[in-house]
Amino acid sequence: MASIELANIIKRYGNLEVVCGINLAIDHNEFIVLVGPSGCGKSTTLRMIAGLEEISAGKISIGDTVVNNLPPRKRNVSMVFQNYALYPHMTVAQNLGFGLVIAKQPEDVVEARVKEAASILGIEKMLERIPAELSGGERQRVAMGRAIVRHPQVFLFDEPLSNLDAKLRVLMRTEIKKLHQQVKTTVVYVTHDQVEAMTLADRMVVMKDGRIEQVGTPMEIFSHPVNAFVASFIGSPPMNQIPGQIVANQVRFADGTEVPVPARLVGKVTEGERVIYGLRADDIAPEGHSMTKAQSAAKLQLRTVLSESLGAESLVFTEISGQEIQAKMFHPRPVVPNEQMTFLIDKDKAHLFNAQSGEALGD
Amino acid sequence: MNRNVSKVLSWIATFLLMMVMCVPGLWVVLSAFRPNREILAKPAIWWPEKLSLDNFRTMFGLGDEQVAIPVADYFSNSMIIALTSTVIALAIGTAGGYSFARFRFPIKNGLFLGLMLSRAVPGIALSLPVFILWSKLGIIDAKFGLIVVYVALNIPFTIWLTDGFFRQIPKELSEAAQVDGCTRWQAFWKIEFKLAGPGVAAAGVFAFLTSWNEYALASQLTRSTDSKTLPVGLMDFTSQFTLDWAGMCAMAVIIIVPALVLTYIVQKHLIAGLSFGGMKG
Repeated sequence: MASIELANIIKRYGNLEVVCGINLAIDHNEFIVLVGPSGCGKSTTLRMIAGLEEISAGKISIGDTVVNNLPPRKRNVSMVFQNYALYPHMTVAQNLGFGLVIAKQPEDVVEARVKEAASILGIEKMLERIPAELSGGERQRVAMGRAIVRHPQVFLFDEPLSNLDAKLRVLMRTEIKKLHQQVKTTVVYVTHDQVEAMTLADRMVVMKDGRIEQVGTPMEIFSHPVNAFVASFIGSPPMNQIPGQIVANQVRFADGTEVPVPARLVGKVTEGERVIYGLRADDIAPEGHSMTKAQSAAKLQLRTVLSESLGAESLVFTEISGQEIQAKMFHPRPVVPNEQMTFLIDKDKAHLFNAQSGEALGD
Repeated sequence: MNRNVSKVLSWIATFLLMMVMCVPGLWVVLSAFRPNREILAKPAIWWPEKLSLDNFRTMFGLGDEQVAIPVADYFSNSMIIALTSTVIALAIGTAGGYSFARFRFPIKNGLFLGLMLSRAVPGIALSLPVFILWSKLGIIDAKFGLIVVYVALNIPFTIWLTDGFFRQIPKELSEAAQVDGCTRWQAFWKIEFKLAGPGVAAAGVFAFLTSWNEYALASQLTRSTDSKTLPVGLMDFTSQFTLDWAGMCAMAVIIIVPALVLTYIVQKHLIAGLSFGGMKG
């Protein structure tokens, strides 16, 4: 149990800077998720916390200790790897107890702790098997057991669920959340899956190209993305983004279609400014199938392209100014391609981003 | 029907092939237990009428004929030289193989290629330079001299073989061990070396057999019972006008048996090594 502080962390491979100055304070017992597209430096950051990668510049502290020059074994962290990294020549029990044996703990302590971890994860019956005899989900549990058995200060997870099938992934996601509530410990979790990030995180760190784009609770990031990248990366389906220009408190798109500037941004935009209009699929829906209240709605006549059924709702694909738009249709009815429909836009929930920098306006 | 025919044919082919490979060996072993005149008899006597240990007695100077050959000395020379050079070659070669598998360093590929190419040079081609150098250094007719040669001969192959085995081991295993509390060395020793064990064992067998059977260089670099190895000792049975086939065969058996025993002991591990592929998560 400890806080973690990253101060201006830089990682270079030769001339290539893969992590470019990260500052992040992680609280005691917090569940932090680093999320971003592949190659954004999130795994490297995690490995630097673990001590498996040297840092090129900056300072990492765990608790009150600066760990820059400490080897992994002296950092009191444990890590779950993407491929589990179970020792293939040892039984599950030996895998779980390995760290304790290395630390020269007495045999009865090792046995008790292994049993404790095994019961938390429900793998008591597999203790005598070797990893090759386990299924993917079971290996995942053993890897987590190996992490908790040492009672470390910090858990590090490096895309632990990405080798599991979709169903198991959802199941294990819940298990990880439960585990965190059970064994209160600081967690740093790396994933490229934004759903995983949203569901698990106390706070999320969205990264891109070695930099932090935004830090915040999942809801903060979902509702107030600081730029167009975060807006498109977080949330499913990705936020619709259409380039346009401010004309008399309206956003005018290239084909002349106009939508109102959200009320909270009126007065904060300048006439003629080039912007990107961002709108989540939940906030645009065909009339009669919308959650938007009539007084906050703007109406647009659009032609459908196709629709995908999700069961309780469906996604309707349409176009504004040649740009593909995804809209949610609640209580759906069948939609034929090229059908003319009236769409309600929840105009105040829209986001505006600067067309050049991509930064959010107003918020 | 067709399938049966081809099955029978393939068995016949296998039998012929195995015969070509095995009969000479069998002939050597049989001849080790027969007198010279029976070996040289015309027409050949295929099935010996009586087997005896006379050839071995003679060789060890126990029989009526006193043509004692210092087999025990040769044997211990061979053992010491082969074992020592194998251990050294394994230590250096395993470290080398691990480095090639895990680390990035300048001219890595060139170095690896160079090591492999060194295997393309026949050892005998180097015998004269080695002889001159060794005699200047005063390590002709010394076990040490041969050990150095065999270590050099075995290292490239050991590196190549263990490199392949270490490559198969995900590097996350050593990382996991380090996070679990191991030093870099413990992580190597307790996890990676153990998993590469079959590869190291295989490399060890090959290194030992190479050193044990090597003749060409040993015949140049050894003189006396101080350093002569068993294969070189075989030539003691040739003299200007006679060739003691029976004695030679008996000695050949002494050379073959330890090699066979060793291979047999290690083969279990070799097979385990080949079927180790399913360890990745």
